[in-house]
Amino acid sequence: MQKKYSWYSLLKAGLANQDWDKAIPSSKPKSKYDVIIIGGGGHGLATAYYLAKECGITNVAVVEKGYIGGGNTGRNTTIIRSNYLRDEASSLYEHSMRLWEGLSEDLNFNVMFSQRGVYNLGHTLQDMRDIERRVNANVLNGVDAVVVDHKEIKEQIPIINTSKNVRYPIMGASFQARAGVARHDGVAWGFARAASNLGVDIIQNCEVIDIEVEEGRVKGVKTTQGDILADRVGCVSAGHSSVIARMAGLRLPVESHPLQAFVSEAMKPILHTVVMSNAVHGYVSQSDKGDLVIGAGIDGYNSYAQRGSAKIVEHCAAAILELFPIFSRVRMNRQWGGIVDVCPDACPVISPTKVQGLYFNCGWGTGGFKATPGSGNVFAHTIAQDKQHDLAVPFHIDRFTTGALIDEHGAAGVAH
Amino acid sequence: MFSIHCPYCKEPRDQNEFSPAGEAFIARPENPEALSDEEWADYVFYRTNLKGDHWEQWVHTSGCRKYFLVKRSTINHEVIEVATFEEIDSENAS
Repeated sequence: MQKKYSWYSLLKAGLANQDWDKAIPSSKPKSKYDVIIIGGGGHGLATAYYLAKECGITNVAVVEKGYIGGGNTGRNTTIIRSNYLRDEASSLYEHSMRLWEGLSEDLNFNVMFSQRGVYNLGHTLQDMRDIERRVNANVLNGVDAVVVDHKEIKEQIPIINTSKNVRYPIMGASFQARAGVARHDGVAWGFARAASNLGVDIIQNCEVIDIEVEEGRVKGVKTTQGDILADRVGCVSAGHSSVIARMAGLRLPVESHPLQAFVSEAMKPILHTVVMSNAVHGYVSQSDKGDLVIGAGIDGYNSYAQRGSAKIVEHCAAAILELFPIFSRVRMNRQWGGIVDVCPDACPVISPTKVQGLYFNCGWGTGGFKATPGSGNVFAHTIAQDKQHDLAVPFHIDRFTTGALIDEHGAAGVAH
Repeated sequence: MFSIHCPYCKEPRDQNEFSPAGEAFIARPENPEALSDEEWADYVFYRTNLKGDHWEQWVHTSGCRKYFLVKRSTINHEVIEVATFEEIDSENAS
């Protein structure tokens, strides 16, 4: 059991500069668990946390092939919002948003959730029609959203270029005030710490190399640290979902692509909110550390290489500079890629499979971070009850067979 | 970033000139009416998404505009083989 963080414990340890306990204890796998979660990213750790906290299943292992916070959870641009168009998607993301709003207290870990608002810019008449439709849908679904015009955007963000003499002039935006950002790797650490406090084993540097299936039922997994038995296995391995599915003889309706992001040198505060544009394709915010966090799009080809093409970065930088000419001399510090599993309808799969006891939570594509607590929450209930959580029902893998897709490309296809 | 040897232009060109066009050898079913929903879903949506040497289609968008086949590693982006559709099909692809 880890010590509870409080102002007193921090002050005491800080003054003495000792007594800092390890944030996450390291675990070796036992031979058997009730549930194994494959993938120790935010979604997997959140799943384990809610299994222990809300479903009473504490004999859980999270197996992670790398280290906690080293995958997509620590690679994204940390934007959190719930202004999705479709009822199914907006309910799920709003569920997540409500969990974000109490998450630091719940986990006893400061995830630095900052509700600084998100602007989704519109650059054409059709963009603005789509934005109005989406904002109206949001309001009907109880999600806060407003349409703002270019004058109001300029008032709020004085450094943005609202000139009409550019290729894609800004006409307006949707604005969600409750949206914002969080400290991404802090989210992974917070969930890992809170889950391990409830008895979950977080096993790092442990790669799953095979899944044991007998007579259509999952029996356990083979890992680089030995065999582990479990009747229920939840796979939350993002870009590598197809690789894991293959081990169980399954195919998935996803393809893996590199998604790139980059950060600048740290600067004094200049951008107090999050600005996203689907049309010119870039999104930017400024972290508390002061660096600009900029996200680009995916490469069209399949890849597991955690790097993408320079033209994607160039295209994104051009878009950001058209929106913010003042950034033209900002130097970039780092650039990287993460592997995202993209579904044809830009919505996730949260579902049981043809193999009894094997569940998949995948296909979050370019926008999974915002859903971390909600995704883990509904997936935990889905595994615990062997029945999809109400909010997860529309995200069954069978929708690709029945044709009941959830077309979120307008709100989710590219920018996040 | 990598370069691809276009089998029609017969020279290596920058990847920027090409566009990916998905997994190779997914043939349109000859009789769609006879397909079950599962088979149709598999054809339309399900993909192999291989980690390893992956046969895929590319088109030389800014060049000859022809489609062709590329065998490329999805682990390190190395282009292993290029071929035209006449040269290789799902039967003799390795």
